[in-house]
Amino acid sequence: MKLYQRTIRDLHQMLVDREISSVELTDAVLSQIDAVGDTTKAYLLVTRELALRQAQAADERLRANRDVRPLTGIPIALKDVLCVRDVVSTAGSKILRGFTPPYSATVVERLEGEGAVFLGKTNCDEFAMGSSNENSGYWPVRNPWSLDRVPGGSSGGSAAAVASGEAIAALGSDTGGSIRQPAALTGIVGLKPTYGRVSRYGLIAFASSLDQIGPMTRDVVDGALLLQAIAGHDPSDSTSSLRPVPDYLATLTDGVKGMRLGVPKEYFVAGMEPAVEQSIRDAIRLLEQQGASIEEVSLPHSDVALPAYYIIAPAEASSNLARYDGTRYGFQAGGGRNLIEEYMLTRQQGFGAEVKRRIMLGTYALSSGYYDAYYLQAQKVRTLIIEDFKQAFKKVDALLGATSPTAAFELGAKTQDPVAMYLNDIITIPANLGNVCGISVPCGLVDGLPIGLQVIAPGFGEAAALRVAYAFEAATQFHKARSPLMGAAA
Amino acid sequence: MSAIATRYEVVVGLEVHAQILTQSKMFCGCSTDYLTAPPNANTCPVCLGLPGSLPVINRRAVEATIRTALALNCEIPEFSKFDRKNYFYPDLPKGYQISQYDLPLSRNGHLEFDLNGEARRCGITRVHLEEDTGKLLHEGAIHEAQASLVNFNRAGVPLMEIVSEPDLRSADEAREYVMRLRAILQYIGVNHGDMESGQLRCDANVSLRPAGSAGLGTKVEVKNMNSFRAIHRAIEYEVERQTQVLESGGRLAQETRGWNDARGLTVSQRSKEYAEDYRYFPEPDLPPLDVSREWVAQIRAGLPELPAARRERFMTAFSLSPYDAALLTSSKTMAEFFEETVRLGAPAKTAANWILGDFSRLLNIDRKEIDDASIKPRHLQQLISLVDSGAITGKMAKQTFEAMYRAPDPGPALEAARGSTQISGDAELDRIVDQVIAENVKSVADFRAGKEQALKFLIGQGMKISRGRANPQRLDALLREKIQ
Ligand SMILES: [Zn+2]
Repeated sequence: MKLYQRTIRDLHQMLVDREISSVELTDAVLSQIDAVGDTTKAYLLVTRELALRQAQAADERLRANRDVRPLTGIPIALKDVLCVRDVVSTAGSKILRGFTPPYSATVVERLEGEGAVFLGKTNCDEFAMGSSNENSGYWPVRNPWSLDRVPGGSSGGSAAAVASGEAIAALGSDTGGSIRQPAALTGIVGLKPTYGRVSRYGLIAFASSLDQIGPMTRDVVDGALLLQAIAGHDPSDSTSSLRPVPDYLATLTDGVKGMRLGVPKEYFVAGMEPAVEQSIRDAIRLLEQQGASIEEVSLPHSDVALPAYYIIAPAEASSNLARYDGTRYGFQAGGGRNLIEEYMLTRQQGFGAEVKRRIMLGTYALSSGYYDAYYLQAQKVRTLIIEDFKQAFKKVDALLGATSPTAAFELGAKTQDPVAMYLNDIITIPANLGNVCGISVPCGLVDGLPIGLQVIAPGFGEAAALRVAYAFEAATQFHKARSPLMGAAA
Repeated sequence: MSAIATRYEVVVGLEVHAQILTQSKMFCGCSTDYLTAPPNANTCPVCLGLPGSLPVINRRAVEATIRTALALNCEIPEFSKFDRKNYFYPDLPKGYQISQYDLPLSRNGHLEFDLNGEARRCGITRVHLEEDTGKLLHEGAIHEAQASLVNFNRAGVPLMEIVSEPDLRSADEAREYVMRLRAILQYIGVNHGDMESGQLRCDANVSLRPAGSAGLGTKVEVKNMNSFRAIHRAIEYEVERQTQVLESGGRLAQETRGWNDARGLTVSQRSKEYAEDYRYFPEPDLPPLDVSREWVAQIRAGLPELPAARRERFMTAFSLSPYDAALLTSSKTMAEFFEETVRLGAPAKTAANWILGDFSRLLNIDRKEIDDASIKPRHLQQLISLVDSGAITGKMAKQTFEAMYRAPDPGPALEAARGSTQISGDAELDRIVDQVIAENVKSVADFRAGKEQALKFLIGQGMKISRGRANPQRLDALLREKIQ
């Protein structure tokens, strides 16, 4: 097996056993980026020198056996919405072209503390707004399983990098499914933690009350390891939780015997591919065979989650993105005859169509005279969705469903129809609105394209979500399938 | 005022913005020093609104706001939150200001004050907390400037907004209200009350209504008033202007007008038709504030004596007139100066006359505060005792006071006044000492028996006989010599 095909856990053992060095490993991954990077377009920026410098430092740490951590020496990709000190960070937007933050996101600092190696900044939909990566301000990303297909979004670059061997693992961000959906569409594991579990400091904001950073990995164990490293309270993020972080590995292999798993009937939506539904039903049966008790549950307000999301997220975004006016950093159009004109030119040229659409939606929803009918109403819906989950989790320990109603679609298939594109996130959005956590784990191939099983657990129930996902993964081989670009595990 | 004006009732409400004297800014650790620091020196990713940065609430600023609200008799709800006020302007780095909209830290208070001996009461709608903006510098006049510079040192400085009810009925009342409010802010240590530097800012909503009517007329917001005098003049001007418009059958526009101090008039800035829609919504980056009753009780317990209470005390304890007591307590530092002078032995009425008379006159000319002056309470007390003992005349004292005020160290001027009248002839001192010994047989005996304290008393008697003109050191020496 090639080094870039392996998991964090495997590679950690090899590093500790001095079988390989971090520099060798990093070189192997960088070579894979050289080989397939122009095909996937997963990265916006490869930080080769930084990576090698960090790899050398990790090797010294390993040699001295000084504070060796599970991620020491492991090459990881970072979604471009994460600020890294002195590294261009643009959130996939032209309006932040060349923006080099003088600070790092808290998660980046934590990974640095672990001794991880940063490969670069991965492509994404502009400001994380999108489900296909076609909204990147730079270029679209291609799915390593089928190059004429999208990798999903918005963390499509991170997903494609992990699925093509261009990274061992990656961080993404999930506002309405942006980690889980691309993970499903590229055959990897993606976990959206509960809001407040991971610090958002240094995450370029899309929708502040929904955004969460999470791991994108080859398997569930790696997901647990990466989450363990980034979770926990951060004084710089007042919305981060003070709850202690449990040891995720400690309960990972406990199995599902005796667990109660719910199947929300609303998650089998119209438009779901029959083959996807079949795979999910098979997955549920398998977990039942493992000893879980399965029952149908109802989340009655699921159908209004999508419209509520498309009020709340754009409303917050319209405010979060107001700072990009060209006067202090990033792109400035120039040529405006006065301040207002300069603002308008900069924003017209700097933002892409989808970002503008959402800024307009959000601005409208917050406007005087419309606030009550839209924003306030959407917040009431959000309360109902939170309540739906609370009721469901009185009966069951976790919920099961598909991550995406379909496998990866072709590039350009939905770009003309925003609503069709929004429907991709119909079964991932409720977890963001409901302040719960969710994980997507590979559960099969449909016409050669990967799909994912979604496990949703209560707020701060990441350990339960991981435990169910691991039980499924351990009983199946789906996660071992490798994309053609990564190559067979020979 | 013309007879016409009496047909209308003046309705004024004030919005006062007061910066809070915290060490660090509202949502980050940067220093709040924006007056002396080099441009943009006190900034960080948070107060510059860089992507990905997040605010963290400065609890001391919240506490100062609650202190203020309590001093203004407000209710403090248990639940409060921050909201975003969205608008574009280059001095606003995030494109929104973190402020408070529908659930402010406090509401429903009042401020009592006196106008020409009559008690007045103005309702306080709310006191809320927000962040200040940066400052723009234009090269030349704003409409012709080729470039503008932004200094973000002020961005994120904690700012309270104190909104009054439209309860004020004249420019006099408005000015008095702000003076009282300023005194309270100084007393509780949340603001120095400097209006010129913008530490304390005031906007006025001015309208007229037919006398006896309960409705409200068309409201005009007046901005840019940088002193008490400006507040007074601007409101007087607005009342006159609005009266004339109404009297000539015109209609008033709901608008914002700026006070031009040099020209003595208000100028239309923007009409309400172009009013911004601030699209307020709850700040998702900050959790709501739980204001525990214990915390409020703690803050209340820590409140110092407020001007109204101190004024009452000055009237009863020192027998001052309501007018003098009000003036002395209008500034915390002045009240403290007065109390210390009295504590050192000066008669209250005399001390008050000096402070409110010559001292205030000189301070006003120099636009200085009493604690900026080199004269300290002990200097004033010594000067007063020189006059009271008859050592110098009132006229001499006035000259001496001014000399003391002008000098960086008032000591020499005070000594010179004392020295100019000091008895130097040994014969006269001899006579005084003999008189003291003859009149204080018991103290002389006590001193002989070893009581040092008795000598101090005898020196004091000598000073009294000499009406302060004797040199105490020489009295000391001569008394020792003659008694032993
Ligand atoms: Zn700062």
